[in-house]
Amino acid sequence: MAQRPQTLYEKIWAAHVVERRPDGTCLIYIDRHLVHEVTSPQAFEGLRAAGRKVRRPELTLAVPDHNLPTTPRTDASGRLLPISDPESAQQLEALRRNTAEFGVDYIDATAAAQGIVHVVGPEQGFTLPGTTLVCGDSHTSAHGALGALAFGIGTSEVEHVLATQTLLLSPSKTMEVRVDGVLGHGVSAKDVVLAIIGKIGAAGGTGHVIEFTGSVIRNLSVEGRLTIANMSIEGGARAGLIAPDETTFAYLKDRPMAPKGADWDKAVAWWRTLPTDPGAVYDKVVTLDAADIAPNLTWGTSPEDVVPITGVVPDPDSFADPSKREAARKSLDYMGLTPGTAMQDISVQHVFIGSCTNSRIEDLRAAAAVARDRKVADGVRALVVPGSGLVKRQAEAEGLDRVFVRAGFEWREPGCSMCLAMNPDKVPPGERCASTSNRNFVGRQGPGARTHLLSPAMAAAAAVTGRLSDVRTLMVHE
Amino acid sequence: MNPVTTVSGTAYPWGAKNIDTDVIIPAHWLKTITRAGLGRGAFETVRAQPGNIFDDPRYAGAPILIAGDNFGCGSSREHAAWALADMGIHAVIAPSFSDIFSGNAFKNGIVPVVLPQEAIDRLVEVAKDQPITVDLETMTVTTPFQDRFSFELDPFRRECLMNGLDEIGLTLERADAIGGYEKQLAAGRPWVEGRTRLAASQG
Repeated sequence: MAQRPQTLYEKIWAAHVVERRPDGTCLIYIDRHLVHEVTSPQAFEGLRAAGRKVRRPELTLAVPDHNLPTTPRTDASGRLLPISDPESAQQLEALRRNTAEFGVDYIDATAAAQGIVHVVGPEQGFTLPGTTLVCGDSHTSAHGALGALAFGIGTSEVEHVLATQTLLLSPSKTMEVRVDGVLGHGVSAKDVVLAIIGKIGAAGGTGHVIEFTGSVIRNLSVEGRLTIANMSIEGGARAGLIAPDETTFAYLKDRPMAPKGADWDKAVAWWRTLPTDPGAVYDKVVTLDAADIAPNLTWGTSPEDVVPITGVVPDPDSFADPSKREAARKSLDYMGLTPGTAMQDISVQHVFIGSCTNSRIEDLRAAAAVARDRKVADGVRALVVPGSGLVKRQAEAEGLDRVFVRAGFEWREPGCSMCLAMNPDKVPPGERCASTSNRNFVGRQGPGARTHLLSPAMAAAAAVTGRLSDVRTLMVHE
Repeated sequence: MNPVTTVSGTAYPWGAKNIDTDVIIPAHWLKTITRAGLGRGAFETVRAQPGNIFDDPRYAGAPILIAGDNFGCGSSREHAAWALADMGIHAVIAPSFSDIFSGNAFKNGIVPVVLPQEAIDRLVEVAKDQPITVDLETMTVTTPFQDRFSFELDPFRRECLMNGLDEIGLTLERADAIGGYEKQLAAGRPWVEGRTRLAASQG
């Protein structure tokens, strides 16, 4: 009997069912677990209190990122500098101590491999196609770019994975988001994912795992795919998947933790069986045409508040849904914006290039191409925060750091930085930031901070003009 | 965890949409290494505004929160559920919840009740001056005016909630099945376990 055609999601799910309970809940095996300092202390404490061990410590990897200041970590003689915030220092120390006690690998803040957990996983080859991968962080969806079923979990689930290497889960619905065509000049992966979230809404993917398909996705690099899958959660989907292909395999080959030799060949052979079968059915399908996607950015306090850079601040009364009208009014009040204002007339005081969405080498190259031979506008503070020590090293080898520094950007140490207001990098109240991060929530970049989400090239354009700008007007056609 | 079978009392008649976990508990509260005491930081930015619902004496200590679509979206921080539980909230009623928040709520004795928008609108009205009841046995939300709204819950999660079950304890009883799966995994997909440890791979 021929098997029913299956989606990528269904195949990965089926390969990880340890057992199925009569009520339909499945015990799912977890192949990979990433841990950082913020959502893990209570999980380790729970294990300790119950006298439990970590079942498979070699399948978990820990790295600090959220709390770490992005200023230099050692002094001139290489001595570790203390972290001035005592609570951050305590949380970082707890991660070091807990991983040592439970035998989990830990990347130290001063190691070249240190970085944002979602940059480190793919970069080390820890993230692999067809694996289940979890982390106590909602942007774990990023790893789906390599064809891993990857999603964020709460701290109780972190503890559950540490103790049992499994999770109790119900299957999700599936949603195909297909983007076909050719992207215009100056349009990047970030613009694509903002367009998708603008279309489906911040809750559009709730209960679903998204699979991103179509020629636009296939033609993206792994870095671009990571940007897209990263923001699945901003469209409500706990996980986003992209089928593994030759681009994926070329990216992973010879990464430190990727399989080697015969294991590699065996792995690739299995990975090739994973893409969705012809005729497989998704619960929901959404399509976008690349020709309709401009450089995008957000105007409000939800990632669904997307507008092209050529657009204007919307009028709350233009929304059909009364609760959305009310939300838009509140958003505009918080953002200090007036309906009808051209987006390009809005000036910014801060620019943040970084975060797990956009801090990889391609992102820095795209920003540097705009920053080259230009100057950061007066009154603008612009930060470039590489996603990992290895990204930083690569960028420095390419001279990108000098491009940025010459233009007046700050070149920082890797970490989550200005994405989430947990470390010293914050946007002051009432000030406006053009940010390559993933969330424009109220207070996300600091109490009262106003965030516009956009691509690295658009962020660099905002930095050099001092206002939100159409990067296409600054780009040289090649 | 204490078993939860009914949650009854006053409710915050809020109804706001897209309440993200940064609003429920801002990031600077996440530097704690314990679960306790986060109620102090709950809805900090909302509470900074005069006349906000959470400081309205009519709803002080309410065990129920009524919200709009997509409650708990954003960050996976379980601190959001810890903060709600610490401020005494044991049920949130909304048209939809983010998947991660919903899971976190169950694990902390908070019932995420999904009801259609019309029911939410009605409950927001009623809750302004009347108590409401969430009953897990009958899976209904009721009011003193004979309103009766049925909801659904994942059967396994409901069972855990009503019996105060420890999921990790339950799963550890399945250690043999997990061990069996791991044997298959080692044979079928050896590369999953075959990665060299960090120290070796960095060398």
